[in-house]
Amino acid sequence: MLKRSHFRPGLLPYLLVAPQIIITLVFFIWPALQALYESFYIQSAFGLGSTFVGLENFISLFEDPLYIESVWRTFLFSGLVAVLAMSLALTFAALADRVIRGALAYRTLLIWPYAIAPAVAGALWIFMFDPTLGIVSYTLDMFGIEWNQAVNGTQAMALVIMAAAWKQIAYNFLFFLAGMQAIPPSVYEAASIDGASPIRRFRDITLPLLAPTSFFLLVMNIVYAFFDTFGIIDAMTQGGPANATEILVYKVYQDGFVGLDLGGSAAQSVVLMFIVIALTVVQFRFIEKKVQYA
Amino acid sequence: MVERRPMSDFLTHAGLMLSVLLIAFPVWVAFVAATHDAARMTQVPLPLWPGDHLWQNLKVVLIDGYTGSSGGVPMWLTLTNSLVMALAIAIGKIVISLLAAYAVVYFRFPLRMLFFWLIFVTLMLPVEVRILPTYEVVANLGMLNSYAGLSIPLIASATATFMFRQVFLTIPEEMLESARMDGAGPLRFFWDILLPLSRTNIAALFVILFTYGWNQYLWPLLITTEPHMTTIVMSIKQMLAAAEQSPQWNLIMMTSLLAMLPPLLVVVVMQRLFVKGLTETDK
Amino acid sequence: MKKFLQIGLFASLSSLAISAVAQTEIQWWHAMGGKNGELIQGMADKFNASQNKYKINPVFKGSYAETMTGAIAAFRAKQQPAIVQVYEVGTATMMYAKGAVYSVEKLMKDNNQPFDRGAFVPAVTSYYSTPEGELLSMPFNSSSPVLWYNKDALNKAGVTKVPTTWDEVGAAAKKLVDSGMKCGLSVGFQSWVLIENYSAWHNLPIGTLENGFGGLGTQLVFNNEHVKNRLATLAEWTKDKRFVYGGRAGASLPMFTNGECGMWINSSAYYGSIKSQAKFNFGQAMMPLDTSVAKAPQNSIIGGATLWVLQGRPAAEYAGVAEFLSFLISPEVQAPWAMESGYVPITKAASDLMQSQGFYANNPGTDTAVKELSLNPPTANSKGLRFGNFVQIRDVINEEMEAIWAGTKTADKAMNDAVDRGNKLLRRFEQSVQ
Repeated sequence: MLKRSHFRPGLLPYLLVAPQIIITLVFFIWPALQALYESFYIQSAFGLGSTFVGLENFISLFEDPLYIESVWRTFLFSGLVAVLAMSLALTFAALADRVIRGALAYRTLLIWPYAIAPAVAGALWIFMFDPTLGIVSYTLDMFGIEWNQAVNGTQAMALVIMAAAWKQIAYNFLFFLAGMQAIPPSVYEAASIDGASPIRRFRDITLPLLAPTSFFLLVMNIVYAFFDTFGIIDAMTQGGPANATEILVYKVYQDGFVGLDLGGSAAQSVVLMFIVIALTVVQFRFIEKKVQYA
Repeated sequence: MVERRPMSDFLTHAGLMLSVLLIAFPVWVAFVAATHDAARMTQVPLPLWPGDHLWQNLKVVLIDGYTGSSGGVPMWLTLTNSLVMALAIAIGKIVISLLAAYAVVYFRFPLRMLFFWLIFVTLMLPVEVRILPTYEVVANLGMLNSYAGLSIPLIASATATFMFRQVFLTIPEEMLESARMDGAGPLRFFWDILLPLSRTNIAALFVILFTYGWNQYLWPLLITTEPHMTTIVMSIKQMLAAAEQSPQWNLIMMTSLLAMLPPLLVVVVMQRLFVKGLTETDK
Repeated sequence: MKKFLQIGLFASLSSLAISAVAQTEIQWWHAMGGKNGELIQGMADKFNASQNKYKINPVFKGSYAETMTGAIAAFRAKQQPAIVQVYEVGTATMMYAKGAVYSVEKLMKDNNQPFDRGAFVPAVTSYYSTPEGELLSMPFNSSSPVLWYNKDALNKAGVTKVPTTWDEVGAAAKKLVDSGMKCGLSVGFQSWVLIENYSAWHNLPIGTLENGFGGLGTQLVFNNEHVKNRLATLAEWTKDKRFVYGGRAGASLPMFTNGECGMWINSSAYYGSIKSQAKFNFGQAMMPLDTSVAKAPQNSIIGGATLWVLQGRPAAEYAGVAEFLSFLISPEVQAPWAMESGYVPITKAASDLMQSQGFYANNPGTDTAVKELSLNPPTANSKGLRFGNFVQIRDVINEEMEAIWAGTKTADKAMNDAVDRGNKLLRRFEQSVQ
C-alpha cells in the first residue's frame, strides 16, 4: 500500500523508521531469538552453567500431561471469556441502542471498566469472593452454596472467567454499539412495515449485519484472554488450585520466573509465539478484508 | 427507533440499570472497604455501607505509605511513577508510529517491505511471551529501575503504526501534489499538512495508550527493584502477597481505587475521542 | 521525544539529589510485609543511626518466592542486592550456586567479626550448613508449625483437654462441628505442615540420602503408607467439615481468627497477626502425634527464612554486611524481633534474654515452637531437607494435595504423582548444576 505520488528515496525514510525499527530489533527480535536459543538448553538458576539438550525441553513439554491440559484449559478459558463478555456486551448494546434520552449517560456508565488494570480487577473480585470475608461468598453461604476457590477448581476457573469477562465487556460493548448505530434506520422501517417484532428484527437484521464486527471481536477477545489476563490470574489464584486456572501465559511465567526452569519456560515461549502468529495471521487477513469493504 | 412503546421503553431502562449495577458492584464493594478500619475488615459479614475511615485510609496510603507495601512507599510516589510511565509510553508510541507510518506510506525505498514486516512482527510477540530474555536485555543495557526501562520496551507498537498508515492512506493524493507545487519538502509536508489532519486520531490514540501504559503490571513487577520506582498497580499485588501476614483489605482497596482513578478519568472525560480511537485503531 | 528526554533527565537528577553521599548503601531484599516489614525497617533504621559508614536499605519484594526469584533474576543481570532473605525451601538452589553466594561464616571471618556457630539453636543451623558444618546463610526468622486452638470454642464444645494426638484432634474437631462451628481444623502451608514436618515429627524420611543432605542424587520417598493414611483420613474429615482446606500459605488465617475453625496448624510466626485479630482466647500447642506411627515425637523442622549474602558486590559493601549481620543476631535485636513477630529466637542468648524478661511466663505457649525444634537431637530424617528445585516441588505437592481435598484424586494416587513429578524436577536440577 503506497501512495501513487511519493517522495524520492534518500536517507530520510530510513531516519523516519529508525526509532521503531531499532526498538523492535533490540526489545522484540533479539529477545525472541534469545528465547529460541535458550529453549535448546538446560540452565542453572543463577545462569552459572548451561547444558545443550537439543529438543529435550520440547519433548518433555509435550510428554507432560499437565502442559497439554494447560493448552486445552487456555482454549476453554479464552472461549468462555469471549462468549460471556461478548454476549453480555451485545445485550447491553442492544438495550442502549434503543434508548434515545440518556444514551450518553448509559454509555459512560458502561464503558469505564475498560480503564481498570487487570491486576486491579483481580484484586476487586478476589476480595468479593474471599471464602471467609467475601461479600459474595458470605451471601452464597446463606443460600447454602459453599464457595471456596482455594479448594474448588471449577469455582476458581469460574471466578477468573467472570473477572476477565467483566473487564472486557466495555470494549465489546463499544464495538457492538458502533456497529448497531451504523445500520440505517430505513432497514428497520421496512421490516416493521412487514410487522416484524423488535426481537425478530434484532435476530434477522441486526445480528447478521454485526457478523463482521463479531468475528473481529472474537479474535480480539481471544488474544485478550490469552495474554492480558495474566494480571487477573496472578492477583486472584496464582494458577491454582491444583493448576485449575493455570493458562499458558501464566505457566511461562510460573516455570521461568518462579520455578527458575529457564529452558522449559523458553520452550513454552516458542510454542506461544507460534500460537500468536497463527492468531495474528487470521486477524490480519481479516483486517485487510475489512479495509477493502469500508 | 421505529415505534415507541412505553412498556418496552421501561423494560429497556430497567435492563440498562441492571447492567450498570452489575458492572459497578465490584467497585462499590471496594469503595466501602476503603472507608473502614482494619479491624472491621476482618469480621464477617463485611459492611456494604461506607464507614468513616475514608480520609484516614487515604492519608495512610497516599502520604504515609505503610510497610505492607514495598517498604512503605507512599502512594503519591507510585502514582507519579505510573503517570510518568503511562505518559512516556503513550507519547513515545505515538511519535515513533507517526514517523514510521509516514515513511512507509509516502516513500518508496529499498527494504520498505522488510521494515513493514518487522514492525508487524511486534503484534505477534506480547511482552509476556518473551519476558525473560527481554528482561535480560534491559538489564544488560543498565535500564532496570529507570523510567526508560519501564517504557521504552513497550513503546514499539504495530497497532498504532497501522492506524496512522490507514489515516494517511485516506488523505487525498492532491494534498501532496499541491504541497509540492508550493515547494514544500517532505518534513514541511509532514509538519504542516499531515499532523494537523491526524490531530483527532492522535488524541484518540493517546487515551487508549495512556490506559495501556498505566495498567502495565508484569513488566514493572520484574524490572523495578527499588521501592521508589514501584508503580501503583504492582504495589497492589505486593500488598496481597506479604509473607505470613493477612492482607489489609481496607488499604488494598483504597490503593485499588487510587490506581483506577486516573485512567478512568481520562477515558470518561475524553469519551468521544476514546471511542473514536478504539474503533479506528482496531479496524 | 524531547518531552520524554526531559522527563528522563528530571527523574535522574531528582534521584541523584535524594541519594545520600559518602555512605556505602547496602540493599537488603526481604519478603516481610505488614507489621513484620515495619519491624525490619526499624532494625535497619537503628543500625543506620548507630554508625555513619553504611546505610542498610531494606526493600520489600513481595512473597518469599518473588523475593528469591527476583534476586536470582537480578543476579543474572548483575544487579543483585548484597543481602537477600530466602525461605528454607530455596536452600539447595542457593547452596549449589557455587559462584553466586558468599558463605556467611566465611564473610564473618574475612571481616574479623566475632562469630560462633554454637551460639545458635542446633535445629536452625543444621538446616543451613554444609556437610562439614560450615554455616552458609545467616539464620534470621525461623518458625515451626504449631497447633493453634480457640480456647473458647473448645470449652463450648466440651473439649476438656488440648488435643495432643491426631485421634484427639479428630475427636475435638467432631465436637467443634457438632457445637455449631463451621469447621473443626484447618492448616496453612500444607506441604510444610502435613508432609515435611509430619515426616520429621514421626522420624520418617522425606527423601533418600538424608533428605538430600547427602547429595544431588536424592529421590523423594514421602509417598509412604503413614503420610498417605494421614492425608486419606483428613480427606475423609472434609466430608463433615472436621477438616476444611482454606488455601495455600496463610490464606486460611481468617478462618481461624474469625472463629470459623476451632483449630489451625500453621507457623508459630502468626502470633502477631492472631493476637491483633482474634476476638477470643487462643493458645498454641505442639503438633499432634500419630500414635500408630511413633510412640513419641522426634523434633520439628524449621520454616521461615535466612539471609543469604550474594557475591559480586563492590568489596566495600561486605564489611558493612558483616557488621550488620553481627548487629542483627545480637540478643538485643533478636529478642524484640522474636517477641513481636512470633518467630523463634535463633540464638540461646536471645532466648535467655526473653526468659529473663518474663516473656514466656507472661505469654504462655510462646515457647512451643522452640520446644518442638529442640525436643531431641535431629536425626537424618529431622535435620531439615535439601532438595533442588524445591520451590517448584512444593508447588507440585500443593497441587496434588489440592486434588485430594477437591476429591479428584485419592491420597494414594496424589502422593505417588507428587513423588514422580518431584523426582523429575530433582533430575532436572541435577542436570542444571552439573
